[in-house]
Amino acid sequence: MSTAGLLTGPQFMDGDHACAEGAIAAGCRFSAGYPITPSTEVVERLAARFPEVGGVFIQMEDELAASITIQGAVWAGAKAITVTSGPGFSLMMEHLGLAAMTETPCVFVDVQRAGPSTGLPTLPAQGDMMQARFGSHGDYQIIALCPDSPQDCLDQTIRAFNLSERFRVPVLLMMDECVGHMIERVVIPEPGTCEITPRRMTALPQGAEYLPYATKDCCDMVPDMTEAGRGHTPHITGLTHDERGYPAMNTDAQRDLMLRLRDKILKFEPEIRDVRLDQVDGADVVVVCYGITSRVAIPAIETARAKGLKVGWLRLVTAWPFPEPVIRDLAARVKAFVVPEINLGQMVLEVERCAAGRARTIHVPHAGGAVHDPNDILRAIEEAAR
Amino acid sequence: MSADVIAPPPPENPTEDWLREERIPHIWCPGCGIGTSVNCFTQALEESKLDRDNVVIVSGIGCTGRVAGYLKLDSFHTTHGRPIPFATGLKLANPKLKVIVYSGDGDLFAIGGNHFFHAARRNVDMTVICVNNMTYGMTGGQVTPTTPIGAKATTSPFGNIEEPFNLPFIAHSCGAVYVARWTSFHVRQLTKAIRDAIAKPGFTFVEVISPCPTLFSRRNRLGDGLDAMKFYKAHSEIRNGADTREVAISHQSKIICGKFVDITRTTWHDAQAAHLHRVMGNRFVPPRNWEHLIKSDPMEDLVAETIRDSSGDGS
Ligand SMILES: Cc1ncc(C[n+]2csc(CCOP(=O)(O)OP(=O)(O)O)c2C)c(N)n1
Ligand code: SF4
Ligand SMILES: [Mg+2]
Repeated sequence: MSTAGLLTGPQFMDGDHACAEGAIAAGCRFSAGYPITPSTEVVERLAARFPEVGGVFIQMEDELAASITIQGAVWAGAKAITVTSGPGFSLMMEHLGLAAMTETPCVFVDVQRAGPSTGLPTLPAQGDMMQARFGSHGDYQIIALCPDSPQDCLDQTIRAFNLSERFRVPVLLMMDECVGHMIERVVIPEPGTCEITPRRMTALPQGAEYLPYATKDCCDMVPDMTEAGRGHTPHITGLTHDERGYPAMNTDAQRDLMLRLRDKILKFEPEIRDVRLDQVDGADVVVVCYGITSRVAIPAIETARAKGLKVGWLRLVTAWPFPEPVIRDLAARVKAFVVPEINLGQMVLEVERCAAGRARTIHVPHAGGAVHDPNDILRAIEEAAR
Repeated sequence: MSADVIAPPPPENPTEDWLREERIPHIWCPGCGIGTSVNCFTQALEESKLDRDNVVIVSGIGCTGRVAGYLKLDSFHTTHGRPIPFATGLKLANPKLKVIVYSGDGDLFAIGGNHFFHAARRNVDMTVICVNNMTYGMTGGQVTPTTPIGAKATTSPFGNIEEPFNLPFIAHSCGAVYVARWTSFHVRQLTKAIRDAIAKPGFTFVEVISPCPTLFSRRNRLGDGLDAMKFYKAHSEIRNGADTREVAISHQSKIICGKFVDITRTTWHDAQAAHLHRVMGNRFVPPRNWEHLIKSDPMEDLVAETIRDSSGDGS
């Protein structure tokens, strides 16, 4: 890929723009979107930047269109991204399922704002975390990442592409209005200095017989891809299918496919896992947080530590698949978890499930529209330590 | 008969080569018009002498939506109503592909109507073939935006009262550069229309009026597939160049067929490549497989950009 038009080195930009630059750095050259606050700056930047780097941006007629246009582009060989916020994310759900079912690698970005419905369009929330995991019908797995700064928006966008190619799965970048709009120093890596996962393209020659969903062995459950125009005549369908990609309307085919789509992600949870830890060893209380809230929690934790409490910080960069073993392990060693999030109780359900009664779980809810008052988190820590 | 006369080889069906034989028998009912349209389509492909590897077929969901799955091409069976935006992604990311959307009236004009309008407006280079059986076949014969007034459907059991869409008029007014309508009786004309539509750059549209004997015909007491053919034969009127405003279809009345629109408009790719090249100069880095769209002289781009207005008449 040509390096013309690439931007590198230290910059000063918001998280939305950093996400766009991350996509470019990851080799993404296709985007379809539909404007919605607070995500619009991502597509605006892609629209301006893509012609300089050999990319194609198109503003579609709605998010249903945008979320499937990128999938057409992926099957034409591109790496592709779509970007939205709450109401648009709801419209994209059918096509999130299509991408999971057809194993189409692509990246969906949701810059979360307060909902439901039109909610508070310009103000932050973290209320789409369960929708990210369960929003489309049926059983499927996705990967979701939560950046906490503009630099992290860039870094996690690159990782989102890498994971989507590695596992042939849609990856969701779950930003929030705060990280999207906050402006900080962002260093864009030089080409060749960051790891870029290439597509798992079949090595078969032009016109060779190809089975789009044949997996090599039981350990590597991800089939090799192809692209349109190579004479491989794949049939790709959202219907339950066999390894030829042909509709297979029976319970055996359904079971085989569902289990593989599940296992290809869950069995590799340790590889996908990214949790950041600070002073969790020997802690009595661990604050489990993600996105902007993981930064808001820091002053609360520092104050608590100054008061002599043993408090750890656990930031979920990978929210889905949920890092179950980490929470299970900690639950045996700590008194309590404190889970602040800008919703009325979502990821806390996972913490509670994994703690399984061995440690208390205290939620610090926020209905949305702002970040937490760190004092609310502090009070929960003090209660937890009691 | 003497023993040394060698039996002639069985006649070869030229469409066989284009089908995924291992998937036959297909799901379509006896007398259904979808299979006939597919025959015309494969015949048109055969005659088009395209680079077969670059032909891509995209369907939505429905009886017609199953077409993609029977063709031995790169084939995509997407979601209900959304084959056009999927096809848009394919074409935009690789303009060398020949992209064909094949779907039903409900898929393309009820749930997917918005996408049709915008793809035609943008003049994305693709061919859309709509099998219009005036009903939702796959789900059991419900009313669609093309069900004629008075016709019965499971969700309009007392007869439809809503004005149906006139598909050629919609396609024309949204900007399609080629618009034709034939019935599944007109196999020769339909084959030629599909061939012409595929050959023409830009957003081209072919409507195939087609019977659904199992649901629509039976509920409306119109007989079987053969009766439908007799009806199409007796009641079709060929009027090439007809004003698309005047080709609406009423229940069991005249069906105006023909090529209605054949005009020239700059395609999305030509316009985009020319425009970006002109306004950005060397800063514009053409996407993969766009090189052939870039003219060396930016003035040529200006010309390419400004012949957006239609030329030619409606014939
Ligand atoms: C989002 C969504 N809504 C509804 C359906 C159910 N559905 C499947 S096919 C179909 C209608 C198809 O009608 P048409 O496009 O005219 O195709 P035909 O079967 O008549 O060829 C419907 C409503 C669906 N699959 N997805
Ligand atoms: S239900 Fe109607 S449209 Fe569907 S295959 Fe049967 S005849 Fe054709
Ligand atoms: Mg129909």
